[in-house]
Amino acid sequence: MLEIIRMTVNGEPVELAVDPRESLLDTLRQRLGLTSVKRGCEVGECGACTVLVDGQAVDSCIYLTMWAAGKHILTVEGLMGPNGELSPIQTAFIEEAAVQCGFCTPGLIMTAVEIVGTGKRYTREELRRLISGHLCRCTGYQNILNAMERIVEEAYKKCGA
Amino acid sequence: MYDIQSFYKAANVKDAVRALEANPQAVVIAGGTDVLVKIREGKLAGRDLISIHDLPELKGIFMEEDGTILIRPCTSFSQIEGHPLIQQKLPMLAQAVGQVGGPQIRNMGTVGGNLCNGVTSADSASTLLAMDAQLELEGPKGTRRLPLREFYAGPGRTVREHEELLTAIRVRKEDYEGFCGYYIKYAQRSAMDIATLGCAAYLRLSPDKTHIEQLRLAYGVAAPTPIRCGKAEQAAQGQRLDQQLLERIGEAAVSEVNPRTSWRASREFRLQLVRELAKRAIAQAVVKGGGEIHA
Repeated sequence: MLEIIRMTVNGEPVELAVDPRESLLDTLRQRLGLTSVKRGCEVGECGACTVLVDGQAVDSCIYLTMWAAGKHILTVEGLMGPNGELSPIQTAFIEEAAVQCGFCTPGLIMTAVEIVGTGKRYTREELRRLISGHLCRCTGYQNILNAMERIVEEAYKKCGA
Repeated sequence: MYDIQSFYKAANVKDAVRALEANPQAVVIAGGTDVLVKIREGKLAGRDLISIHDLPELKGIFMEEDGTILIRPCTSFSQIEGHPLIQQKLPMLAQAVGQVGGPQIRNMGTVGGNLCNGVTSADSASTLLAMDAQLELEGPKGTRRLPLREFYAGPGRTVREHEELLTAIRVRKEDYEGFCGYYIKYAQRSAMDIATLGCAAYLRLSPDKTHIEQLRLAYGVAAPTPIRCGKAEQAAQGQRLDQQLLERIGEAAVSEVNPRTSWRASREFRLQLVRELAKRAIAQAVVKGGGEIHA
């Protein structure tokens, strides 16, 4: 049996019928076509399905869609500028060559959005801990950390917090 | 898609209790980080879920009039770790929940779920046991209070009745004032792992910081449930802080635990960890309390 839920996805109000057995990952990919959200381990280990729910990074594979009612969901698709531009976080990932196969990238970018959103400065060690909920099987962690460091610094300087 | 028979979103605690009473097969789901994984594995497949996710009355951290710290059970690990009251009054709890899973899991998982699962490896459990946390359960007949010490009934089992919900976790002022503590999680990875052994050392130093006035030593994965080591605690009482004392405490602790061999580690290795982590955690706790260990 389907149930109607309302939520905001990438800034747009959405009303849709969902099966209460769906994970948010299922809904975002299959019903809304947001395929930046990757289906990885499906048990909350790999972080490939990370999205922001009301600004907090969660593994959408172990988050029921029914819980998203009334909440704001953000995926990589929502980072796109008005004219299709990449966000500074995505640019940092490209410039630091922090992408190999790309499967872990969208999840890591969403975690980066959460980190940058705090407006704080972090050491490389702290950043390591903050990205520990993501697995990169290409093991490209050094460049990922370089990108993270760069974007955190840029954001910090801009906000002057 | 999850293999769930039905999903019911409880409107409040009373509604959840009523729904649990009506359905002996139902499973409570809060943060979902354990229940959904168990459904995926098939262990809880095909069940009816009663969701208490995000119930406002089950969230938050407060100080009561007498100085007791009240933690509502659906508070997430990240909310606990970042909360000023926890950082000031119960820093060891912040330290312990900061080692659960990874950042996303800590944003989702709840401290109440960590306790109600009844697992010995729960990172919050040994710490809360050392703090003599008091629990409040609400059921059809009203509420009851019991110490966390009396909550565990065996591996993965607690005394929570099917139709009861955990509604509060409290740490009294006398259980945190003047205490310093340190939690060590020994695991194979530094994130996204379950403890091979967890050790919480919680103590009060003498005013001149040369003696231990009171020690509380709790472990996870050292027995079928989280446990306190009463003999080791007694061995420390009023004793001068030196290396020999740490050895004696470690020795006593080993005699009180009963770890098992699992794929993660052998019983023998866990016994070694019990001894070693007691020494290290106490030494760190002493440093936090402004003291030092004499040679």
